[in-house]
Amino acid sequence: MEFKNPQEELERFRSRLAFAGGFVLFCFSLLFIRFVWLQIVQHDYYQTRAEDNRISLVPIVANRGLIVDRKGEVLARNYSAYTLEITPSRAGNLEKTIDGLAEVIEIEAKDRRRFKKLMDESKSFETLPIRTRLTDEEVARFIAHRYRFPGVEIKARLFRQYPGGAFASHILGYIGRITDADLEKIEAKEEDANYRGTDHFGKTGLEQRYEFDLHGVSGHEQVEVDAGGRAVRTLTHTPPIAGNQLTLTIDAELQRIAELAFGDRRGAMVAIEPSTGGILAMVSVPNYDPNLFVDGIDTQSWRELNESPQKPMVNRALNGAYPPGSTFKPFMALAALELGKRRPEQAISDPGFFNFGGHHFRDDKKGGHGMVDMYKSIVHSCDTYYYMLANDMGIDNISAFMGSLGLGQRTGVDIEGESKGVLPSQQWKRERFKKPEQQKWYAGETISIGIGQGYNAYTPIQLAQATATIANNGIMFRPHLVKYVTDTRSGEKRLIEPEPLRDLKLKPEHIEVIRHAMIGVNKEGTGARAFAGAEYVSAGKTGTAQVFSYKGAEHKTESMAAHLRDHALFIAFAPADKPTIALAVLVENGGFGAQAAAPIARLVLDYYLLGKKPKAPAPADEDAVEGDEE
Amino acid sequence: MNRGFGLATLRGWGQKLVAPIDGPLMLISGLLVLLAIGIMGSASPDRLNAQLVNVAVALVIMRVLAQIPPQRLMHLAVPIYLAGILLLIAVALFGDISKGARRWLNLGFMRIQPSELMKIAMPLLLAWFFQQREAMPRMRDYAVAAVMLLLPVGLIARQPDLGTAILVFAAGFYVIFFAGLSWKIIVGLGLAGVAAMPLAWNLLHDYQRHRILTLLDPEKDPLGKGFHIIQSTIAIGSGGIFGKGWRSGTQAQLEFIPERHTDFIFAVYSEEFGLFGNLILLILYALLIGRGLMIAANAATLFSRLLAGAVTMIFFTYAFVNMGMVSGILPVVGVPLPLVSYGGTALVTLFIGIGILMSIHGNRMLVQK
Repeated sequence: MEFKNPQEELERFRSRLAFAGGFVLFCFSLLFIRFVWLQIVQHDYYQTRAEDNRISLVPIVANRGLIVDRKGEVLARNYSAYTLEITPSRAGNLEKTIDGLAEVIEIEAKDRRRFKKLMDESKSFETLPIRTRLTDEEVARFIAHRYRFPGVEIKARLFRQYPGGAFASHILGYIGRITDADLEKIEAKEEDANYRGTDHFGKTGLEQRYEFDLHGVSGHEQVEVDAGGRAVRTLTHTPPIAGNQLTLTIDAELQRIAELAFGDRRGAMVAIEPSTGGILAMVSVPNYDPNLFVDGIDTQSWRELNESPQKPMVNRALNGAYPPGSTFKPFMALAALELGKRRPEQAISDPGFFNFGGHHFRDDKKGGHGMVDMYKSIVHSCDTYYYMLANDMGIDNISAFMGSLGLGQRTGVDIEGESKGVLPSQQWKRERFKKPEQQKWYAGETISIGIGQGYNAYTPIQLAQATATIANNGIMFRPHLVKYVTDTRSGEKRLIEPEPLRDLKLKPEHIEVIRHAMIGVNKEGTGARAFAGAEYVSAGKTGTAQVFSYKGAEHKTESMAAHLRDHALFIAFAPADKPTIALAVLVENGGFGAQAAAPIARLVLDYYLLGKKPKAPAPADEDAVEGDEE
Repeated sequence: MNRGFGLATLRGWGQKLVAPIDGPLMLISGLLVLLAIGIMGSASPDRLNAQLVNVAVALVIMRVLAQIPPQRLMHLAVPIYLAGILLLIAVALFGDISKGARRWLNLGFMRIQPSELMKIAMPLLLAWFFQQREAMPRMRDYAVAAVMLLLPVGLIARQPDLGTAILVFAAGFYVIFFAGLSWKIIVGLGLAGVAAMPLAWNLLHDYQRHRILTLLDPEKDPLGKGFHIIQSTIAIGSGGIFGKGWRSGTQAQLEFIPERHTDFIFAVYSEEFGLFGNLILLILYALLIGRGLMIAANAATLFSRLLAGAVTMIFFTYAFVNMGMVSGILPVVGVPLPLVSYGGTALVTLFIGIGILMSIHGNRMLVQK
């Protein structure tokens, strides 16, 4: 055994104790430094993070702005309703969940299909409605069974409603759930923050064009939440600001009468206030019910709408391009006057055809109209007069003048996706076709352009705008649907100023000639039957656009398949001396303009000028004919 | 007369009752327990009563231990250790699995966690061992001590319970350190340990590796493995200098702090009482440890010196590891905040330690007799 010195041993032990004590102090100092770092140096950072943890910003979606007609009739509004919503990522087996829900609340096959479509379009953590517009009883029933359905909840939401159903659907458009493409638009506008919590976005029509006016400013609630995300209490509440209200230039009653006038026929009508460009009515029938889109449309209904041969989803007023037929003639006559190609009294002899290069361009009236001056050419719609005129003017002169009237150009109406139509010219043909022999413009092609056939194809709104321009003595306004936007916060009305696009500087005496002739149409010409007994003086022009051309043969309207029948057109303005309305009517496969289109115009003008309300759709006047039958 | 006699008798009983109790130790641990009750009232008021019961039981046990002379404890060292080892083996074979670890032994009428016993049994045994070799311990003695230490530590680490393994290892190591293991060997082993780290890494369980990785970069997995650390550091940092006030810590009250009544109770305290509160807590622990080391320095025998030193340093280990992990400078291991965290077992173990210290202090003059 070694020598043992207790004193020395004790000393060494105590030195180790001292070391241990020192080590403890050292380690505690480290901790203290750490605390100083966290609680003083980094305090602000952690304070913020604690607040972020604690406070959750819950957006409150603003009431979407109303859309009302020029007299204040509500065309689009909101209502609050309960929806049953599923968050797919939290619901487990979806099929089973929905089957289970169906035992508690009625869920139709249509609801399931719509839900499936929504699921395909969205991310699994979004909550999607399976049923909307629950009754109070249904809400109560679900709440009693709620424990069975994780990831399913009842929410009170605002819904867009179009009280008129299909009425004016092509003007209003509709809203639908936000897609990635919509998100890009929102980001481009730097509206991301405002759209947190918003589910819907304008998809077409005014809802689309004025989306950022209608949306409003989202409010928000600062809510204290616990670690599980449950709200503990509300800290602050910033109310949302409802979207701005759109007041339209549309006269809802006029619109209703116009839609009614079409009956079950397809077509379009645009009525414009010539002095402002404000659109009074814009019809495209058949319509569709935009309410179907609000909660997400199911696949089957969507297919039905899209694949219907009636094409209800197409806005014919803006996207249908039709040959103008004889409604082109007043514009041609005006061009001739302006370019000095014709004088009003200058008459031609009409043998019933125009011979060009060995080819007979037929007139509607067998044996011709005899001596035809400009007045007669319009009143009786003499083709030969315009065959010759077109030949004399040449395509590029025609094209330049029609272009200045806005034909073949987008009008700039406040709805997106407007079509351009076709304004034929030599240049247009060069660009349109690939093969060199097709690119050449043949002088013979100019002839049928003169009567509004051939390559000519214009949208009804373009025809209405051109008509309004003549009615307004050559000063053209941009057609528009919104009269003013009312700011919800200030109540201030932001007027959509009538925007004169250009002054064509037409000679008043030339316009007078055309006006006079168009008055003649409705008095003693092709429009006379439709306007018999009218208590106002109107100016008009009928038109019939060939859908299908029968070479050489007489075409018999009655025996033709319905979709091959001609399109009926009519343009008009009234009162003729001081026009307050100008319009263009198109009835697809309606036959003669005088037969199908003019009676619709009569109903519209009767209401607008006299306040007369019709009880039935416009009659199709089977006895009226395009050409002069005298 | 009768009355005076009665009072005197009562006073006598009272004196007898408090005689073995060391005033300073009692004061400091009492303050810590009061503070713990206060925090519990904020972190988990539901558990306040249960914790008060735990405190009462632990104080009784402390008082019992304080009366047992160190010599008697020394005799118990080997049987307790052997029982502990057997129980650990039994756990490994028949233990209940809870949260992926096999730590508990179901005795039918109660469940026990034998690893907890080892926290006291380990220093007890090693102190006894070095007492037997009163001469200068040789290298061979240290080697034997190391084997006796590593056997239970290994068993506990396999459960797996890294926190307890570290505490048991530390408790035993302090004895060996105070027994005079040469600095050369300590430093040498330390270096070897660093060198062996890659090897140790491979021996760790996946979840243990994750905890270490999480410590290095908690933000990498903010909702998963990093959540505990991120939320507790946010709690501490947002507490600032004076804290948010009792029961006003948003991190604590809105349940962002996980396990806020047990291992992470320090985050609750720190959020509500701030740097100022932390400083008070550190001072209380430092005083407790200081008092313990003083008792060790004046202890009568080698056994009691080593035992007192090691037991004292157990408090340090608990406190440092817990506060270090909650504040994000040490990996997350299951170590409670001594005398503060909820839970009867740890509280009893720690008060047994305090009782032992009191006993050693009470018997410091034995050598003079």
